[in-house]
Amino acid sequence: MIERTPVLNAVTYFIMCLGLLVILGPFWMIFAASTQSLAQVNAVPFNFTPGADFLHNLQEAWHRANLGPALLNSLITSLLVMTGKIVLAALSAFAIVYFRSPLRHVFFWMVFLTLMLPLEVRVIPTYNIAADVFEPVRWLIQTLTGIELSLQWNLLNSYSGLVLPLIATATGTFLYRQFYMTLPDELAEAAKMDGARPLRFFIDILLPLSRTNMLALATIMFVYAWNQYLWPKLMTTEVDYQTAMVAMRTLVPSVNSLPEWNISMAGALIIMAPPLIVVAVLQRWFIRGLVSAEK
Amino acid sequence: MAEISIKDVCKSYGRTQILHGVDLNFRAGEFVVILGPSGCGKSTLLRMIAGLEEITGGEISIDGVVVNELEPRDRGCSMVFQNYALYPHMNVAANIGYALKVAGVPRAERTRRIVETARIVGLEELLDRKPAELSGGQRQRVAMGRAIIREPKVFLFDEPLSNLDAKLRVQMRVEIRRLHKRLSATSVFVTHDQVEAMTLADKLIVMNKGNVEQVGTPLEIYQRPRTRFVGSFIGSPAMNFFDSTVAPGGDFVLLDGIRLAIDPALGGDNAGSAVSAGIRPEHCRLVAAGTASSVPATVDFVEELGSGRIVHVEIDGRDFAVAMDEGQLVEAGTTVGLQLPAAHIHLFSLQTGLRLDDVPAVKRTIKTTVAA
Repeated sequence: MIERTPVLNAVTYFIMCLGLLVILGPFWMIFAASTQSLAQVNAVPFNFTPGADFLHNLQEAWHRANLGPALLNSLITSLLVMTGKIVLAALSAFAIVYFRSPLRHVFFWMVFLTLMLPLEVRVIPTYNIAADVFEPVRWLIQTLTGIELSLQWNLLNSYSGLVLPLIATATGTFLYRQFYMTLPDELAEAAKMDGARPLRFFIDILLPLSRTNMLALATIMFVYAWNQYLWPKLMTTEVDYQTAMVAMRTLVPSVNSLPEWNISMAGALIIMAPPLIVVAVLQRWFIRGLVSAEK
Repeated sequence: MAEISIKDVCKSYGRTQILHGVDLNFRAGEFVVILGPSGCGKSTLLRMIAGLEEITGGEISIDGVVVNELEPRDRGCSMVFQNYALYPHMNVAANIGYALKVAGVPRAERTRRIVETARIVGLEELLDRKPAELSGGQRQRVAMGRAIIREPKVFLFDEPLSNLDAKLRVQMRVEIRRLHKRLSATSVFVTHDQVEAMTLADKLIVMNKGNVEQVGTPLEIYQRPRTRFVGSFIGSPAMNFFDSTVAPGGDFVLLDGIRLAIDPALGGDNAGSAVSAGIRPEHCRLVAAGTASSVPATVDFVEELGSGRIVHVEIDGRDFAVAMDEGQLVEAGTTVGLQLPAAHIHLFSLQTGLRLDDVPAVKRTIKTTVAA
């Protein structure tokens, strides 16, 4: 639909500008606050012009929250979660689409159902498992055979604990499944005739073809993993394994401390940067991967 | 080079039976074309030879080895698909050489064979292109290159020309034939296009509704169709049919009250039986109205072909097509006489659809017809 009326154009632009303002407003507020001194940031009404204390605030935030190691932890866990999700989703969608097993629909719908069970809903049982991975196995063996095993694997305060419970992804599986289903069956048959076994077909044909798909998924999943707060907060009691999101907590003023919002905003600005960079770099593929498959 | 033998092969999906006991033998080096309307099971049969479909019953062997339980890669067949199924992210060289890469052939040897294959199919200049940058005919060549580089025992073609435009189709047809002459591997070619089938085949197989209707050389099948279906399916424009009864003497049939002489060898044993009589448009003759032993007919319309024309005439409400030479002119709406030479009239039983004078064949077909 193409309309050529100046009035409608003006209205359209007005609405778009309003949208932009709503989205960018908070960002500007964070930026402005992070450049102000303690007195300026607590002035009423809030002053939207930047102050002169930007570098000082950044330094303060970095040291107080020990952001160096925390950012590194965040980066490691986010990259691991992202990679894990991409690989696992690709493999499970491959199994669902290309293998004719009578239960594949059941499996697909079970994967799909987990969309309704985000981590927040199942956080207590997940914590139990993370604290003692082999508990169900031990219980099963003991009730079946009466033998008591002393298998122990504790995930608390470790990278595996931060990563593994977040790795399963219904969204990713679904995205891959939809993509695989757009590929003609003859592609798999041609590979079969050429002598490729399933895994070879997966690696040589499917993975290269789903490149844009993977990059789209990488963008979503990196941001998702980076923004995790509840799980890392529960999992980690040692400072060594704190992620940036958890470390950020120390910068938020409490009841009895100085209301140093300028420092917390500076910290927020630092933590915001990596996902912004990832989105900026990958957004071209992100859009292409979601909109259409490569021809 | 390998011979293929297909013994009593059946295929069903659930309770729907697609193939009803097919028995065929292909000699080594033969170019076999399987022809039939869509849904007759011809592609399914091909895919069963390839190993892409499971065999429900019966046995397929290639070179004397039963392949029922073998994976496609162990059968020594390569296949050209209707939509080519090229790997979109690989260039032409990689597409052609993929089978060798999977087989672990060293790089130098692989490159040599890719170049050699590309030369055979005329793609030397395009080895670096992606499939998306190729025309339909070039993609077709890549698909053929991919099939021949493995030096297979058997080539399988699944309607490979139907996505091409008419001109290219004729050209590729000639190239496929030339390629077969050069490589002389056993080839099985599935198509619904009778011109392709007639021009390519050493051995032509006509299928219908999951049964083999006739096996023979293209000329045999054209001249002596064994069933009414084969008669109607082979030949363009299609054979004309009319229902009649063989006269008690066995020497003529009636069309619109006019006696048409038939070959006594045809009618003799079948006096009095109800038949479907068929005659090809190219064997009908138009003469002046009133000529002896001609059937009066009204010219309905004329299809101009340039090299000749197809005249549609009407007799007793039934349409007859008559193929005519360049020279003869006929006006629509005029009345003419239609002559049907006895030597070219085919008679098929109205009940079984079988050719009347084809006695030895009758027993075989009754079995398949009953199964259908």
